[in-house]
Amino acid sequence: MNAQVFPISESMAPVVSNDAVNAEYFHLILEASAGMQAATPGQFFHLRCPGVSGESPLLRRPMSVYRVDRVRGHVEFLYKVTGAGTRGLATLQRGDSLDVFGPLGRGFQMAPETRHVLLVARGVGMATMAPLAESAQAAGARVTAILSARSPEFLMSNDYLKSVGAVTRAVYDADASSDMLHVEAMITALHAEQPIDLLATCGSNRLLQLVKQLGARFGIPGQVALEQHMGCAIGMCFCCVRAFRTAEKVTYRRVCCEGPVFDVRETLSW
Amino acid sequence: MVDLRVQIGSLTLENPIMPGSGTFGEQLASVLDVNRLGALVTKTITADIREGNPPPRIAEFKDSVLWSIGIPSKGPVHYVETLVPFYRQFTPPLVASISADTVEQFGELAARISVPGVKAIEANISCPNLKKDGNAFAMDPEATEQVIRAMKSATSLPVWAKLTPNVGDITVLARAAEVGGADALVVANAMLAMAIDIHTRRPRLGRVMGGLTGPATKPVILRMVYQCAHAVQIPIIGCGGVSSAGDAIEYMLAGATAVQVGTASFLSAGTMLKVVDGLRDYCETHHVGRIRDLTKAMVGPQEVRLEDALTV
Repeated sequence: MNAQVFPISESMAPVVSNDAVNAEYFHLILEASAGMQAATPGQFFHLRCPGVSGESPLLRRPMSVYRVDRVRGHVEFLYKVTGAGTRGLATLQRGDSLDVFGPLGRGFQMAPETRHVLLVARGVGMATMAPLAESAQAAGARVTAILSARSPEFLMSNDYLKSVGAVTRAVYDADASSDMLHVEAMITALHAEQPIDLLATCGSNRLLQLVKQLGARFGIPGQVALEQHMGCAIGMCFCCVRAFRTAEKVTYRRVCCEGPVFDVRETLSW
Repeated sequence: MVDLRVQIGSLTLENPIMPGSGTFGEQLASVLDVNRLGALVTKTITADIREGNPPPRIAEFKDSVLWSIGIPSKGPVHYVETLVPFYRQFTPPLVASISADTVEQFGELAARISVPGVKAIEANISCPNLKKDGNAFAMDPEATEQVIRAMKSATSLPVWAKLTPNVGDITVLARAAEVGGADALVVANAMLAMAIDIHTRRPRLGRVMGGLTGPATKPVILRMVYQCAHAVQIPIIGCGGVSSAGDAIEYMLAGATAVQVGTASFLSAGTMLKVVDGLRDYCETHHVGRIRDLTKAMVGPQEVRLEDALTV
């Protein structure tokens, strides 16, 4: 009884580093317990963000895992500073500790016979899919990533994705290459070159709609990582719901525990 | 060795700490040893299957959280066939929370879930009464009494009445529940509230109004527990903003026999166990042999007489 082990735990994780990547994004590296390192691609942690200048977030903030480095024993996050929670996170320094709860949620599901994974994401959305790139590559699948950003300055995860063996293609608003018709043509060409057997996306409603269309057209499974404000993050409070379409009806599902990764066919646009 | 046991009517709890309905689920068994809790109170179910309210369902403040969940429910069949068997592996008594649109439906649902494994039923009477212009049952003493009476005649299990704080004089409702036959009161549910996004000018909740919970509500609910404890003879379970052993002790001193922990479990899933440990520490430090002796043990304010001040 005493030595009960629980798959989800709350722990204080020492901060290894927390560096600004550009004007908006930070890269946080934590020393991670074995339980934290058990996080699978697409899972997240619920973080108790420190308060800053009078703002002290009461609720935790969900944050998807950017990378699990099992050699160094690290869990990493890539985040955009947008609100009270992330402003607090940005103040963390080496030597501080962060209260983390997890790993949580249902991540990406990749069939063992998968040969070619296509990741398509906007901005920091790629951070959520980076662990999938690494595990797909390790499982022997080819990984192609299309990264969409306003301009080259805001391109996220390109180097990391390349380092794990993914082929990356960047598209930008600045030169109109991020236009949906162009991205659609790119994916169609990639599929002709080597059939894609898993599409994954995060961070853009327009990309989600494109992935749904192409998934249906080519008969490829598609998965999307969604976000929602959360309370408990383990399925008890029912506040993080989104609407989904099943065969019979439109229904609410909890992003925290029925996701955050969902089959694109059941998603509705937001 | 501190005796942490408390008595809620015929039910003995190993300690006074339990989750508030809606803040607990089978998922918590993946995080902590739920056998260390005094009781297990499940999320409210209704007789029909409900999807719940449109999002956004949550708004956050510095010391409180505003919720608009709307009782999503999988109904009594799922409860009896899936949840009750799941909770049978644990030792603390299982308390089912139910809600309904009419007095009759409260009785019917109480009967349907009175199965082996369920040890008490909490009546969530803070929902709208469809036969009374949608006012919450617990805002109306007559409806409160009727609901509890209907449940008592439909089941042999203890019935706890969960009151709403959204009333002028809560003691009127407390007495009505007692007259109806309630075995205990849960004081209280969330406080009706709202918030507006000034940039979009839209309400911050999908249903405009919702229930406020969290640390900020504690002084208000504590006052209501104190008032109810002087109005009724049945045990009171305090519920509102408890996040530490100190909060729980305050509730007991004000008149509560047991205490529910809600929002704090979302901030730190292990809160309830920390509260249990903290209660034991407090009792040891203050030489309290039986925690039940703390109930209603607040002493009066220090007397100050102006005449005495003059003589100094």
